[in-house]
Amino acid sequence: MPLANDETALRMRAIESLLIEKGLLTEEVVDRIASTYEHDIGPLRGARVVARAWTDPTFRARLLADGTAAMAELGVGGFVAEHVVVVANTPEVHNLVTCTLCSCYPWGVLGLPPSWYKSPEYRARAVREPRAVIAEFGVELPPATAIRVWDSSAEVRYLVLPQRPDGTDGLAEEELAALVTRDSMVGTGLAVAPGR
Amino acid sequence: MSVSDRIRDEPSLPRRNGELAFDAPWQSRAFSVAVALAESGVWEWDAFRTRLIDEIGAWTDAGGDAPDAGWDYYAHWLAALERVLLETRVLTAAELDAELRRLAHAAAHEHDDEHGHSHA
Repeated sequence: MPLANDETALRMRAIESLLIEKGLLTEEVVDRIASTYEHDIGPLRGARVVARAWTDPTFRARLLADGTAAMAELGVGGFVAEHVVVVANTPEVHNLVTCTLCSCYPWGVLGLPPSWYKSPEYRARAVREPRAVIAEFGVELPPATAIRVWDSSAEVRYLVLPQRPDGTDGLAEEELAALVTRDSMVGTGLAVAPGR
Repeated sequence: MSVSDRIRDEPSLPRRNGELAFDAPWQSRAFSVAVALAESGVWEWDAFRTRLIDEIGAWTDAGGDAPDAGWDYYAHWLAALERVLLETRVLTAAELDAELRRLAHAAAHEHDDEHGHSHA
């Protein structure tokens, strides 16, 4: 049962101040991490990875073989010990990511998760009725497209490589990255078509 | 309530790129302290994660995900953080209680001071 907010905030302060007193943390380190995740790390990192995979077939192959290593080439690092597995959407298969047990998320690539990702009903329904969940996000998948749901486990976090939209042949990598939404890398959305 | 309803119903709090990061400062601290302790090797991330799974599982088993029940992901995160620190004996319950009393006392005095009361 969540505690009242004041009491919760006080508990957090007590834990942090004891850890600092014991020399296990410094306030600066905690501030740096908070600031990094609140301001610097966001879905744009993942979008750069996707755009590179769309334009460079050898990078795409490396990304699908070892996501963590390929992303490191672009300076996109993992979160603590997370290992990122990239799953590619095709006309036949659409991928959807969840973490039914604890809402783990590819923090290092996408930043902090949105509220809906952490909600009990997303955790429950993503596995049970993924097509309905995706439809609620405004995406109607063709009936013939199969949906594969990836449930995070231990250190493994999944990232969806969305399909490249039609009509993007002449676009530069940065222009392509702008079409890659956070939801498209979780599987609740698609990359947007240019000009929309 | 559908997922998209929940998205529409989120209160309008400060957002970045249209997204809600944390809705209270303590949530940001809880997240960052857990990451800092993993980065500095005080624990393996999985030691934290297994307790987070336990906390969320216990809440679900207790009927927590009834449609009208409150849900606060970072409250579970904080509970898991506290458990891993106590269970691995990084902190003791007595230390934590004493620190809570100290902070509560200090906060009460700050409050009194705002109203111009004096203390012996």
